[in-house]
Amino acid sequence: MKGGCRFMTKYKSYRRKKLQPGRAPVPKISDADYGKPATKGDPVKILPRQNKQSSIVPRETIAGNSLMLVIAIMSFLLCITFGAVSLVSDTASAWQNDIAREVTIQIRPVDGVNMTEALERAQTIASGKPGIDSVTIISDDETARLLEPWLGAGLSLEELPIPRLLSVKLKTGKRPDFDELRRELTESVPGASLDDHQAWAGRLTRMAGATVIIGVAIMLLVMAATVLTVIFATKGAMSGNRHVVEVLHFVGADDKYIADQFQRHFLLLGLKGGAVGGLIATLGFLIIGYWTGQNSATPEGDQMTALFGTFSVGTTGYSGVIVIVILIAFLTAYTSRATVRRQISALEQN
Amino acid sequence: MDKFVIKFENVGLRYGMGPEILRDLNFQITPGSFQFLTGPSGAGKSSLLRLLFLSLKPTRGLISVFGNDTASILPDELPAIRQKIGIVFQDFRLLDHLTTYENVALPLRVRGKEDVSYRKDVIELLSWVGLKDRINVYPPVLSGGEKQRAAIARALINQPKLLLADEPTGNLDPSLARRLLRLFAELNRSGTSVVIATHDLDLMDQYQTRRLVLNEGRLQVYD
Ligand SMILES: Nc1ncnc2c1ncn2[C@@H]1O[C@H](COP(=O)(O)OP(=O)(O)OP(=O)(O)O)[C@@H](O)[C@H]1O
Ligand SMILES: [Mg+2]
Repeated sequence: MKGGCRFMTKYKSYRRKKLQPGRAPVPKISDADYGKPATKGDPVKILPRQNKQSSIVPRETIAGNSLMLVIAIMSFLLCITFGAVSLVSDTASAWQNDIAREVTIQIRPVDGVNMTEALERAQTIASGKPGIDSVTIISDDETARLLEPWLGAGLSLEELPIPRLLSVKLKTGKRPDFDELRRELTESVPGASLDDHQAWAGRLTRMAGATVIIGVAIMLLVMAATVLTVIFATKGAMSGNRHVVEVLHFVGADDKYIADQFQRHFLLLGLKGGAVGGLIATLGFLIIGYWTGQNSATPEGDQMTALFGTFSVGTTGYSGVIVIVILIAFLTAYTSRATVRRQISALEQN
Repeated sequence: MDKFVIKFENVGLRYGMGPEILRDLNFQITPGSFQFLTGPSGAGKSSLLRLLFLSLKPTRGLISVFGNDTASILPDELPAIRQKIGIVFQDFRLLDHLTTYENVALPLRVRGKEDVSYRKDVIELLSWVGLKDRINVYPPVLSGGEKQRAAIARALINQPKLLLADEPTGNLDPSLARRLLRLFAELNRSGTSVVIATHDLDLMDQYQTRRLVLNEGRLQVYD
């Protein structure tokens, strides 16, 4: 082998040659021994494909499509749940803000008491108190309109013993002394009562809190299911690629390198699946938002609006979707990595 | 350089609760040496190579590889040691989804080297073993002898200090077998310790060199 192979020449200078006992007495290898000798200066004509190298873990061996579908479904569920939770908690806090800025004085009709006078007296009493911004009497028309869904149109308030309301707007900051106000009102206006909405606000808070807890629990369950699915898929991929892992070990690959080869597929699957699920959820939000927007002129729409505001999933919802997609991708990648490394060390124990 | 590449002291091996397949092995492999490992089928040649390659732990006794006591090697030290050992398996163990080129380049690739940095070396080695025009072919379409040569090239590409070959000429016609043996000899001349497991007497007769003979679990060394 006289200068035939630059690989060997390099190799020889790379390793200081030392004569050792037990060295094989070797006949010289002539270039003729090799079908197609590599002659000096012979330009290499056949080059490896210039396009990208094959992936070390073949993509076909990973149950990619089904896993991606599962991840897409999981991410969709996560996004929808997150959207619902954020909608409820946004609405609840909006309600609470409204409630905190407003109390109601209610005056029941009492025989022999002029309602208009009573309303005005109550207005005067309340207006003078510190912390109160304004007191508005809910007019006949407005009351009638509030009652319309229940009692029908063309209502004459004079004929019915219907309680009347005053809406009291509060200043931000220090809240007025409601006990004092309540006492004064009941003393001087017969049939008057003050509702500071505390009981309702408390129930609302609890309801919203419960919804959030349920939502978070669902999200945790969905994430746990995702993790388990990824573990199964990774184990499947590992056992399908056992020979690959073995060969990688034999050629001196460390566990980190092997884990990287698997993880790269799973990260991509997680990203794709997560993005598909997130996209569909976003479309769902937009459609629902659009639909409620269209309906806001109708009574049903009004009620929806009254309950849920504009029913638009706010920026929290949409940024939540992005966070969820990224979270799903990393959860997938990390889970598969941890699974691979655990499997590898189990392999090495034998 | 360590005095010995490999050192066995009273090594014994059994699989599970089975009989002792290897018993009281005491031998050394010096740097740059060349030896055949032989013995009847089932004598434990492949098992001994697996011990040398650290893919099997001895039931008793001491093995030291490049001066490391195998009993105290940590799992994360294994890759660095394996990178110094080239191994040719009886059944090649090429990866069917990688081209011949990629298979041969694998030991370099897993060390994080860039394709451009080793392309020339790999192609040169491939043409040296006569596989130059099979570069972009996948192993399933290679002939037995071509696979064998690809496996050998993969074992050599990393310039190992120790080359282990298990029946490397098992599937080859005598003239190709001789040719590949010369390849090992050439590698040995540049300083690599070579251990070739074979029961091909014709092949061994061509080289008067050290022989390790396994029989009924014991090893006899003929220098
Ligand atoms: N993983 C294993 N579990 C249990 N027994 C094994 C295992 N591998 C090998 N053996 C047994 O160990 C003995 C030696 O096997 P080994 O493969 O080392 O022999 P060999 O010398 O390489 O044979 P051959 O020349 O046919 O390749 C055999 O009896 C075999 O049955
Ligand atoms: Mg064998």
